[in-house]
Amino acid sequence: MKRSTKVSKRKIVYTAGALALFSATVLTGCGSSGGGQNGQVIVYNWGEYIDPDTVKMFEEETGIEVVYDEFETNEIMYPKVESGAASYDVVCPSDYMISKMIENDLLAEINFDNIPNARANIGAQYFEQSKGFDPENKYSIPYCWGTVGILYNKTMVEEPITSWAQLWDEKYADNILMQDSVRDAFMVAQKLNGYSMNTVDPAELETAKNALIEQKPLVQAYVIDQVRDKMIGGEAAIGVIYSGEAIYTQRENPDLEYVIPEEGTNVWIDSWVILKDAPNKENAEKFIDFMCRGDIAVKNFDYITYSTPNDAARELIEDEAIRNSEIAFPDLSKYNNLETYSYLGEDGDALYNELWKEIKAY
Amino acid sequence: MTSKNKWLSAPYTLWSVVFIIIPLCMIFYYGLTDKTGAFTLENITAMATAEHAKALRLSILLSLASTLFCFLLAYPLAMILANMKVNQHSFIILIFILPMWMNFLLRTLAWQTLLEKSGVINNILTFFHLPNINIINTPAAIVLGMVYNFLPFMVLPLYNSLSKIDENVINAAHDLGANGIHTFIRIILPLSVPGIISGITMVFVPALTTFVISTLLGGSKILLIGNVIEQEFTQAANWHLGSGLSIVLMIFIILNMIISAAFDKDGEGSML
Repeated sequence: MKRSTKVSKRKIVYTAGALALFSATVLTGCGSSGGGQNGQVIVYNWGEYIDPDTVKMFEEETGIEVVYDEFETNEIMYPKVESGAASYDVVCPSDYMISKMIENDLLAEINFDNIPNARANIGAQYFEQSKGFDPENKYSIPYCWGTVGILYNKTMVEEPITSWAQLWDEKYADNILMQDSVRDAFMVAQKLNGYSMNTVDPAELETAKNALIEQKPLVQAYVIDQVRDKMIGGEAAIGVIYSGEAIYTQRENPDLEYVIPEEGTNVWIDSWVILKDAPNKENAEKFIDFMCRGDIAVKNFDYITYSTPNDAARELIEDEAIRNSEIAFPDLSKYNNLETYSYLGEDGDALYNELWKEIKAY
Repeated sequence: MTSKNKWLSAPYTLWSVVFIIIPLCMIFYYGLTDKTGAFTLENITAMATAEHAKALRLSILLSLASTLFCFLLAYPLAMILANMKVNQHSFIILIFILPMWMNFLLRTLAWQTLLEKSGVINNILTFFHLPNINIINTPAAIVLGMVYNFLPFMVLPLYNSLSKIDENVINAAHDLGANGIHTFIRIILPLSVPGIISGITMVFVPALTTFVISTLLGGSKILLIGNVIEQEFTQAANWHLGSGLSIVLMIFIILNMIISAAFDKDGEGSML
């Protein structure tokens, strides 16, 4: 769920809309020759979601050239992959998007024999958890996981933050940062009201919408990546953020504290998948296998600080405080109200988007 | 046109077909069809729904405001520039265009850092025990961002048409007894209308369609029509609605251009 910091550049690229689609076709049409001595693999991942060194190491060890591209949100990634405008091999979407891709027949079944490190190193509980969106564990291999919670500045709040309800506290007017993405914003209001974050019940969504409209005057800004920078800079007191950013922000500003609110929250997994039309399937398997190696996964963890499902990598984390960190590796059995997003179907998506627009326009 | 000229224009023809005509056709195709590919006007009429109409109204209002501010700031400056000696004014124009050498996004992000609650400007104000300004994430910040980014587009055409006014015309007005105010209202202002119109178009059109400025300086709390269209493409993956709304927006821009063309028959107000 990591978001790229190159927000606006990507947005501009995409607003070109039809143009982007067109030029991508042109580019792939005449640019896919070349590659390393053993061909290439085309990877499409979240922005800043990998240690670039590991990519270089992969290229040196295997002689496979990595063509690396980044996306900012699942929603931006999906149309690009679906239209086939650019042909990718390996993509790293989140849970609910993986089930949408399975449903629309975009993914290839993974041959685990060619990716021995996956079963050996990835904890069994993460495969178990993946069954929510990939029921037979056929299509995806977990790469990162985490929770969504509240990051707050201890010097700017009067009492410890424990609940989503405090995001509606007028004391903190103009000091609250919300996530600028549909599902994450709605999730907060849904959990506050005790609903499922996957509801498509119009009445429940109406209540959630009204709650978010009521909250809007108190919100300083709806942002994605900038939650991190604004919280480090003391620009706001409270912000909704991904757990993976929490360790990084605390490193930069020790006054910050991360909490999973008592009403429960979203647990997410971002997993590697191989596309059905992948031109380099074998290289894609080699790439995923490489990323599942303990020593490589720990390098990535150190760099991006998002929780790794790789048990071998966790053993290798040198700092004991981090290895046992409640933020990076929370004991999920302590919570009984965590949920993973599921795909809502086309109508569900459209309904959420419509309501989100009403909130934004209000 | 000779055949040689036709040959020379081939790259530009190709360019406009590939990057202007085809994308435009695609916009119209998407805008006038639904997900099944059937013809529909729904994407066009969707502009009338409450949220879209509100976003459009707000966009027009903020663009008009920034165009007005740009005009009020740019006209005196352009007059000063036009009255200067040649080597002086080119230096000042250089200073004026210098910020445009930097990326537009970077400059807008810089305003965010300047205007933030704990930003540079407020730190300086606090140091001098002055009251802080809190305009970040408000429409005022968006207008400021628009004026800052689009001001050069107003100054240059104004300067261009003002500097073309024949000195003798103004002298003649003085000889015939017009005072400074009269000369300005009855001679200079009417003669600079092409520049004014051109400047207004150059500022109003990008201001109307912007989504970056409102996202960065409005904290995504203020939804302009540019943001709606952008969201339809990137988040909602509804290219049909996004294209339909773009077509409506295009109508506004074409209207603006028709008005400009009516005033600016000789093309005098064009940029430099």
